[in-house]
Amino acid sequence: MPAAQEQLEQFNFDFHKETAQIVGGSSDELKIKIGDFAGPLDLLLFLIKQEQANIFDIPIARITEKYLEYIRLIKRLDISVAADFLVMAATLIEIKSKMLLPRDPTAAEDEEIDDPRRELIDRLLEYEKFKSAAGMLHERSTIEEAVFTRGPIESDDNNAEIDASVFDLLTVFQKIVARHVDEIKMEIHREEISLADMIKNLKRRIFEETELSLLKFFEEMHSKRELVTAFIAVLEIVRTEAVKLLQSKTFGDIILRKI
Amino acid sequence: MSEGTAQQKTRTPAELMALAEALIFVADEPITAKLLAEVLEEDRESVQAAVEELTREYESRESGLQIREIAGGWQLSTRTEFHEEVRKFLKTRPSAKLSLASLETLAVIAYKQPVTVPEILEIRGVQSASAIKTLLDKRLIVAKGRKETVGRPMQYGTSKDFLIQFGLKDLSELPSIEDFEDLVQ
Repeated sequence: MPAAQEQLEQFNFDFHKETAQIVGGSSDELKIKIGDFAGPLDLLLFLIKQEQANIFDIPIARITEKYLEYIRLIKRLDISVAADFLVMAATLIEIKSKMLLPRDPTAAEDEEIDDPRRELIDRLLEYEKFKSAAGMLHERSTIEEAVFTRGPIESDDNNAEIDASVFDLLTVFQKIVARHVDEIKMEIHREEISLADMIKNLKRRIFEETELSLLKFFEEMHSKRELVTAFIAVLEIVRTEAVKLLQSKTFGDIILRKI
Repeated sequence: MSEGTAQQKTRTPAELMALAEALIFVADEPITAKLLAEVLEEDRESVQAAVEELTREYESRESGLQIREIAGGWQLSTRTEFHEEVRKFLKTRPSAKLSLASLETLAVIAYKQPVTVPEILEIRGVQSASAIKTLLDKRLIVAKGRKETVGRPMQYGTSKDFLIQFGLKDLSELPSIEDFEDLVQ
């Protein structure tokens, strides 16, 4: 895709500018855009660059001091990120102390002594490659954002319902109707009468009619719930009011009568 | 496809080009030579030649559209230089960019795949859990089974969406990681 490659030059990428900057305010005030460093290696690279030091010959004491200065700031701000930065701080201090140790005098002259910084340098070099690769990906995605494909077409793939026949529609409609009926039934259930109302009602009936057939009274009820309420009302009224229960024969109708 | 090559349609190269153009236009995703050949009942070589000619044609007449090879297929898109006008018309803004941490994690995964979380930590020197979650959510990476080692950690690799979103024909189109070494020093 040569066309896209050419575009690379046309855009002003600010990927490298987006990495953090330590902005020196007054002399002892360091303002840092926290979270702009992708990790401790990123910070380390930044400090090395800022100190204009050679990555293969890192002035470990100076860099460690700068690094710890930064850590003190970050610690106050974000504990979760700080953990990995602290591990690096420990590594730096370890290297620094190793470098302070005098050379082993018994070591053979020709023997190359291991630089304690070696491993860190390798890691930094390896990391920097991926950091550059990340920059490359950033540039690529920026180019891709300038490229547009056509909007989605309503095909069977993204709109399966378009395939439905009249009968499918009918089936769906019937289901909707069925659901509607259910809803209406539920509304009927909600028409309840409270026990207090039932007692009041029953009292009025007995007062007006002096004699009330329980069978007749119970038959007026529309639901099980109402029946139960009516039964409790009868029990309540017999207990509290001057009402008599009369039954002419076993299992026959019961009459409520005002005394 | 059973008739295959024996009963090949007699189309002129121009007709084949036009047909390929139509299919590339309607395809939701980059369309492969294999799929084009299947639908058109042509052999892959003629389809390949037709699309290459089509691509050249778009370029030579400085069309507002371009045919690009993305994720192993062809895709029709607008040219980058018209992005401002297109965006103005579509009323879109550039989508949210990946964070530095996510981009780094993605770079490590792209070059080291299949790669485990501890291996990513080793290179980046920092936890990458949230970056990995972001990349999974954006479907730029996918789980690629477990590594047969202590703890059997999950391995990750890049997805087809990664190729599409970063405009790559395939992974080999990424510059070699060793090339970045020169930049470093």
